[in-house]
Amino acid sequence: MGAIATTGNRGKGVRSDCFVTLELTDQGGIQLQVESKVAVMYGDSIRKETLEILDFFGINNASVKIEDSGALSLVIAARLEAAIKKLIPSEKNWLPAMQDENRYTTARDRNRFSRLYLPGNSPNLMINAGIHKPDGIILDLEDAVAPDKKDEARFLVRNALCGINFYGAERMVRINQGERGIEDLNYIIPYNVNLVLLPKCEKPEQLQAVNEQIRKIQQKYNQTNPVWIMPIIESALGVINAYPIASFTGNTVALAIGLEDYTADLGTRRTAEGTESFFARSMVVNAARAAGIQPIDSVFSDVGDMEGLRQNVLRSKALGFDGMGCIHPRQIVVIHESFAPTPEEIEKAKKIVFAFHKAQELGLGVVALGTKMIDPPVVKRALNTINLALKMNKLAVNWRESYDQI
Amino acid sequence: MIKSDKLVTNAAGRIVPTIINGKPAVPYMGVGKYKPEGFRAAPKIASCADFPEDGNKVIANLKEALLKAGLRDGITISTHHHFRNGDLVATQIFDIAHELGIKDLMWYPSASFPCHEPMTKYLEDGTINRIEGSMNGALGRFTSEGKMKGLGVLRSHGGRYQAVQDGEVHIDIAVIAAPTADQFGDANGVNGPAACGPLGFALADSQYADKVIVVTDNLVPFPCIPWQINGNYVDYVVVMDQIGIPEKIVSGTTEITKSPDRLLLAEWSAKFCDEAGLIYDGFSFQAGAGGTALSIGIYFSEILRERKWKARFARGGSNKYLVKMLEEGLVEYILDGQTFDLDGVRSMRDNPHHTWTSPFTSYNYHGKGNFSSLVDIVILGATEVDVNFNANVVTHSDGYLLHGIGGWQNTLFGKCVILPIPLFRDRMPVIRDEVTTICGPGELIDVIVTERGIAINPLRTDLIEKMKNSSLPIRTIQELKDEGEKICGVPAKPKFTDEVVAVVKWVDGTVLDSIRRVVS
Repeated sequence: MGAIATTGNRGKGVRSDCFVTLELTDQGGIQLQVESKVAVMYGDSIRKETLEILDFFGINNASVKIEDSGALSLVIAARLEAAIKKLIPSEKNWLPAMQDENRYTTARDRNRFSRLYLPGNSPNLMINAGIHKPDGIILDLEDAVAPDKKDEARFLVRNALCGINFYGAERMVRINQGERGIEDLNYIIPYNVNLVLLPKCEKPEQLQAVNEQIRKIQQKYNQTNPVWIMPIIESALGVINAYPIASFTGNTVALAIGLEDYTADLGTRRTAEGTESFFARSMVVNAARAAGIQPIDSVFSDVGDMEGLRQNVLRSKALGFDGMGCIHPRQIVVIHESFAPTPEEIEKAKKIVFAFHKAQELGLGVVALGTKMIDPPVVKRALNTINLALKMNKLAVNWRESYDQI
Repeated sequence: MIKSDKLVTNAAGRIVPTIINGKPAVPYMGVGKYKPEGFRAAPKIASCADFPEDGNKVIANLKEALLKAGLRDGITISTHHHFRNGDLVATQIFDIAHELGIKDLMWYPSASFPCHEPMTKYLEDGTINRIEGSMNGALGRFTSEGKMKGLGVLRSHGGRYQAVQDGEVHIDIAVIAAPTADQFGDANGVNGPAACGPLGFALADSQYADKVIVVTDNLVPFPCIPWQINGNYVDYVVVMDQIGIPEKIVSGTTEITKSPDRLLLAEWSAKFCDEAGLIYDGFSFQAGAGGTALSIGIYFSEILRERKWKARFARGGSNKYLVKMLEEGLVEYILDGQTFDLDGVRSMRDNPHHTWTSPFTSYNYHGKGNFSSLVDIVILGATEVDVNFNANVVTHSDGYLLHGIGGWQNTLFGKCVILPIPLFRDRMPVIRDEVTTICGPGELIDVIVTERGIAINPLRTDLIEKMKNSSLPIRTIQELKDEGEKICGVPAKPKFTDEVVAVVKWVDGTVLDSIRRVVS
């Protein structure tokens, strides 16, 4: 009997996944057994692709069992490849086709109100994530994956980056801490990741290691697309070093805070009011603003409490944050609505921006509303509000034409 | 008796038999095309002289009542499904028939549920020849594998009434399980331990069957008020310890969905209705019991509350959410076919604005109109839809028969029929080139709402025009189909033999499609 590897998930409640049992044998060719709830529709194609993959990795004798609960082809391939690589090392990769829709890049200063965490080993949550229109999706290789599943999650995340359409959401991956995190990059960087989240960031040197590895991989694959970094501050030391971290490299576009680990590090507990994290959150906001990047708040973990979430976002916005994480798609709308400028804010901004344009047309150096002078930072904030309102369809593109007539 | 014979291609392009269980059948001719001449069936004339003057029709037990009613080989016995999965009566009838060695019965339920799985052994041993009605779960599987002796016939709730009324199906013995009844046979479903709400599905049975047996576990002195079933139709009354399992009758499990994907479907469906101008002060809608349909009701409520509008009526299946709308004054009337929880039962019993209906008032196509065509918005489900908007509710993409039609076909006559369905379930694409089985012709299905876009039937140029500048993702059905197949891969078709194992009837009694034996 040869070595046996298993990957994936099976059992009650498992959907869109499969469980692969692979045993290498000395002779007898490939013994393939497929049990699938979509056998009538896809049984033949599952069998065919499995044989192709085994052949690709040079496996001629093996016993393979696939227990399929409706997994997409790219999921089955990831599970099988992970099982194979548990038993035999290989430099080869069996990749699903990179979808054309997945080739986009993202701007440094794009909206990052919401970013949806998706456990890196749960395919069923990935497939429809993009339809809920988060600003970003995070394929999480770190805390959302059980330690013994971290290897196989890499293949699933890689295949998802190639084959799952996230409908314009910024494509993010949270890598692991330390050496494992650096290795994670090999599985994701070649497949058009827009942004890498770096957990438990305490020192700028951590960013350096990540960036060096990204550069190496991009050179190897001849890629020049921007890969942004979002360090996550999750400890007392991280908070103290927030500014050096935020300002260390040019491709750091946002600084996030993770409050579960931070409060644990402080030896306290997270509360609804958040008094215990006020300092840390303010530090992160200040450091990010000082470095000219976006400050991003932690997740709100009670997915049933939409009103609590709304209050939380409003506090977050008041503190100066530009966005927050979410762990359930239904949180996205609440987060977007609460970060969005209010009708009053938009009205006020319209007046100021209108006066600003008028002053420019007239060649005036000073913007005035009635008899009141408007300072340049106020104008800048009003312009930001208008831009946001436009992006979020809260204001018509040609608003100034109709505004003129009021 | 020939199971099925003389196949022809009908107006839906499907090959269907014109001989079904030895009797001639008309192939589907198109929506509203088949208009039979002649007269309805009529029950035998009865005489008061043959019934007890004191009105007491109680018989010692079900077996005796069945024997008195003329239980014998080859007859048709009907039951109804008001107790859903908590029914304790239907199986007992066939236990008795089996014990007496009776053969070749036709079971004519208004629907079947998982609790009826024991019927498979009576289908196997010949006690039951076939089911005409619905074949759910295990019974469907049994049928699909070609094991049923006779040919299965699937009818809608309205089609069931029509078939009895038109004389297509003659019921020899109707057994009406009633949560409350008096000795005379008057009965209702709103009181008693097995309270289920209305008894409308048993109306045709009471009116047209040769013999009618009312079975109850809550006998009250005359009069049983309200009398949803009149004792004047009833031959015998049987009292039992328990006729249904309450928690399975009103399961209370129909809750608003928590699935973000389904909530998105609900949100888009409601938004679509609003943007297309389908919601107005005095509009009407059909509320389904599924999680998605319930959530749409919540969105409707928000819109109505905000604008101080009211729906004139809602068509149930009712449950606590719809009752809440009624009690809040967002809906003026509930016209109810069945109640799905105790709030529904209570409301129907106590609130004159919550009224019971039968397939005669709501669905029967061979009547002088029915109110399903008066409903503005109808929200329905489907197992599959094809690029011509034809939809399937009875078979799955693997070819197996697993569900009945229910009132689904009948509600298609509403003014705007919307199907919120996921583009794929796990890996099963829902939009196909051609549905495995046609249950509803595409011309009656207006809008398909999926999580990746909304397709409007090209026949509805009015809706297309109204949604021209919508912020919702309006796409063609072909685009949606292509996207589903891009994600899942193109599915292989199920393999069937030539043998027809069941047919799907259209609301007018014509044969819409055939279901064939699967190659397993």
